[in-house]
Amino acid sequence: MTTSSEQGRELVEMAWDPITRIVGSLGVYCKIDFANRQVAECYSTSSIFRGYSIFMKGKDPRDAHFITSRICGICGDNHATCSVYAQNMAYGVRPPHLAEWIINCGEAAEYMFDHNIYQENLVGVDYCEKMVRETNPGVLAKAERTEAPHAEDHGYKTIADIMRSLNPLEGDFYREALAMSRLTREMFCLMEGRHVHPSTLYPGGVGTVATVQLFTDYMTRLMRYVEFMKRVVPMHDDLFDFFYDALPGYENVGRRRVLLGCWGSLNDPDHCDFTYENMGDWGRKMFVTPGVIVDGRLVTNDLVDINLGIRILLGSSYYDDWVGATDPFVTHDPLGNPVDIRHPWNQHTIPRPQKRDFTDKYSWVMSPRWFDGKDMLALDTGGGPIARLWSTALNGLVDIGYVKSTGHSVLINLPRTATKPEKTFEWKIPTYKGEPLSNALERNRARSYFQAYVAACALHFAEQGLNEVRQGRTQTWEPFTVPDEAISCGFTEAVRGVLSHHMVIRNGKIANYHPYPPTPWNASVRDSYGTPGPYEDAVQNTPIFEENSPENFKGIDIMRAIRSFDPCLPCGVHMYLGEGKLLRTLHSPHAFTAP
Amino acid sequence: MTTPTKSATSKQRKQEEPVIHILWMNAGLSCDGDSVALTAATQPSIEDIVLGVFPGLPKVAVHWPLIDYESGPMQGADAFIEWFFKAARGELDPFVLVVEGSIPNESLKREGYWTGFGNNPDTGQPMTVPEWLDRLAPNATGIIAAGTCATYGGIHAMAGNPTGAMGVADYLGWDWRSKAGLPIVNVPGCPIQPDNLSETVLYLLYQLAGQAPMIPLDQALRPTWLFTATVHEGCDRAGYYEQGQFATEYGTPECLVKIGCWGPVVKCNVPKRGWMNGIGGCPNVGGICIACTMPGFPDKFMPFMDEPPGAHVSSTISEAYGSVIRTLRGFTFRTVDKEPKWRRKGRELLTGYKAPWS
Ligand code: SF4
Ligand code: SF4
Repeated sequence: MTTSSEQGRELVEMAWDPITRIVGSLGVYCKIDFANRQVAECYSTSSIFRGYSIFMKGKDPRDAHFITSRICGICGDNHATCSVYAQNMAYGVRPPHLAEWIINCGEAAEYMFDHNIYQENLVGVDYCEKMVRETNPGVLAKAERTEAPHAEDHGYKTIADIMRSLNPLEGDFYREALAMSRLTREMFCLMEGRHVHPSTLYPGGVGTVATVQLFTDYMTRLMRYVEFMKRVVPMHDDLFDFFYDALPGYENVGRRRVLLGCWGSLNDPDHCDFTYENMGDWGRKMFVTPGVIVDGRLVTNDLVDINLGIRILLGSSYYDDWVGATDPFVTHDPLGNPVDIRHPWNQHTIPRPQKRDFTDKYSWVMSPRWFDGKDMLALDTGGGPIARLWSTALNGLVDIGYVKSTGHSVLINLPRTATKPEKTFEWKIPTYKGEPLSNALERNRARSYFQAYVAACALHFAEQGLNEVRQGRTQTWEPFTVPDEAISCGFTEAVRGVLSHHMVIRNGKIANYHPYPPTPWNASVRDSYGTPGPYEDAVQNTPIFEENSPENFKGIDIMRAIRSFDPCLPCGVHMYLGEGKLLRTLHSPHAFTAP
Repeated sequence: MTTPTKSATSKQRKQEEPVIHILWMNAGLSCDGDSVALTAATQPSIEDIVLGVFPGLPKVAVHWPLIDYESGPMQGADAFIEWFFKAARGELDPFVLVVEGSIPNESLKREGYWTGFGNNPDTGQPMTVPEWLDRLAPNATGIIAAGTCATYGGIHAMAGNPTGAMGVADYLGWDWRSKAGLPIVNVPGCPIQPDNLSETVLYLLYQLAGQAPMIPLDQALRPTWLFTATVHEGCDRAGYYEQGQFATEYGTPECLVKIGCWGPVVKCNVPKRGWMNGIGGCPNVGGICIACTMPGFPDKFMPFMDEPPGAHVSSTISEAYGSVIRTLRGFTFRTVDKEPKWRRKGRELLTGYKAPWS
């Protein structure tokens, strides 16, 4: 809204608040250097506080998954699942194998649904013909002339045809994807009852009645999705490769140092016993392998290390510190390792509502960090898929035929479907000029590949589940009792990345419960050490390719950078943009500059 | 979300034909699950409504954060929030306001905000949901509260909450009427059953076009055709209930009442309608009914996995039909169909949470 000179640069403030086409409300406030076509500074802010950790205190621990599902309206079931995992650990219960296959089928359907609707109906619009025409007419002209390399696979002759198919409502692919997002939600409802807050998930297993029909209904839909994937993956490869080609330097849009976290997902019932003591081992057996990746190198794949490294910093958020004010709930984990006072087990949430001030506190999002023994790393999830594929690829542990990790890539083998033959896709770790690359386009590309990956995994899960039923092992739930005292944790991957739930039970009631979904990691603010959060970091220094002048500026490159992280969190990123005729008429400077 | 290829000018020209704007505010205390659920609706789907596939349906322009094309900077090109300012200034008529999420009590504290939606141009601070309601409600032709949070407070309004959350009607008043004489329309559900909401929107559009009479609502402002029957009345396990066959473990086909199902006293059509396209649901597919549509949700139904008090009486005498059971249930009904008393306006927080800022 205001123009200022800093170090001789003309900076224009602009804000996007709320950002549309994400789940929840997020705002981004930026200072933009139009002369040098670059974002100079960025602040992200979340505009909502609900207080789950506060109102869960004193409640029955068995209510935890019903309550925490309501944290998120698009991946609530990931929360319910994670909560059930944490409860299983606390109650010492191991569900029947069939229950685990049913949960895996349900969670796989969630990934298939959510990545699909987000990629095509929310992110896709940023790359549609209408948007490109309004932001980069030169690029559209080139797209009209460029033949799609995989036209034979997906049926669109030119890149511009792909873009047109993504136009909201009018585009045929846009509509097809929306319909597909319903089919996959039906698959989800078969396994978990309702989307998005499941009705059939319980600690100890599921209430779903497992019959042959359950798996038939699931498989017939899954095979249609597998066929769909054979078009989706090559089509997105063509689209994203074209952007690199048409706009040299697009590698730097939304680029950030490779600091990725993946907590692993989809347990293998043969190995997962839900004990803390064995967590490192059964974590490595997950169908998506956990890992922390720094500059392209795997730092650890041990869930115990991952757990103990989590720190919650307050930094620029509206909370009072608990350190010094309270005693820790947990001093040592069940293996005898010391637990930090800033670990979620020991966290207290003490809200302190106040004015938003970008020079001090400006968000309801805290700053989760991962301590590697030396530094407090601001890990991101890249929206989920890029971290999951990267970790799975580097670990080289998964091999179930339908998917296989090679140590440097992931192979996805899709069987023959109604009109298409067998097909193998390979996701390779992205690099640019010899360096590992984590940027907007690669986050998006990984999303399409992960859809195919998880569809292939789902084939395995459904086959295993059906086999249990055929063998007559139809029990889906194991009884348990709630202990008076316990500590526990659950780890999985929400659709958009890392998810952990930490619980402390005292006197048979919840004494402490802290869930950490992906968006606090990604949308976190400048922490106590001044380190910016991932969105802020990725948008800062993003080059601007949009052809519009400041008056008509949409901020499309910034929006592409932000949306590549798949922001979700009933939370806000606000971005700020100034100049332009309307903006100058403003009398008061905005909160961005005003204290 | 208007028809996409129109340029800005042709959009303005379009406004001369009667267009009903739907302003969707997702900034209440919610999870956005009702927005997401609506994309699952098929009877009708959102495409059906926006593209106007029904005869006689008025033209609509939907301003919905979840899938809106517009995503420009505030006060710049294509700013989404501008529609809300227009409506507040009285420059958008007619419009229906959809509220998603509960209304936090913003008067509990000296400063700051629990939730914001855009900025207040006078202060540069986030504009709160009560501020928006105060500005928009007088100009709205209708208000729909979507989901249990917006209707009655829901999960974020449970005992011990710090924000003093409540439903839209708790905030605006249960006897609130729009300038066109419409009460608030409540579509509860956590989240809403997709078609329940899209169908209610469809009904209201027909009503605003003068083609349908006043929408029939019960005392909790729910559409009667959706929320009169109980879960139990629509449940395909009721045969087991009648035969006295009760599950003691999850995952079996019998009646779930002894392991936590509240179906007999809950108004909801999900077991009958299914979750989407007739698939999924709750007790019909093995999930206990936790009463997510009810004004008393969640407090009056927790712990969810225990047998509801009184269920035992009614299930042991389930062979005895008629007035006995109905009288017993009538008693429970009246309690669970009411919100807990702390969900209301005022400067005091009555949820049991001790505010560190006070
Ligand atoms: S499962 Fe619930 S709704 Fe169904 S018959 Fe039993 S008590 Fe009624
Ligand atoms: S059956 Fe019960 S839990 Fe299921 S949607 Fe209806 S009220 Fe909610």
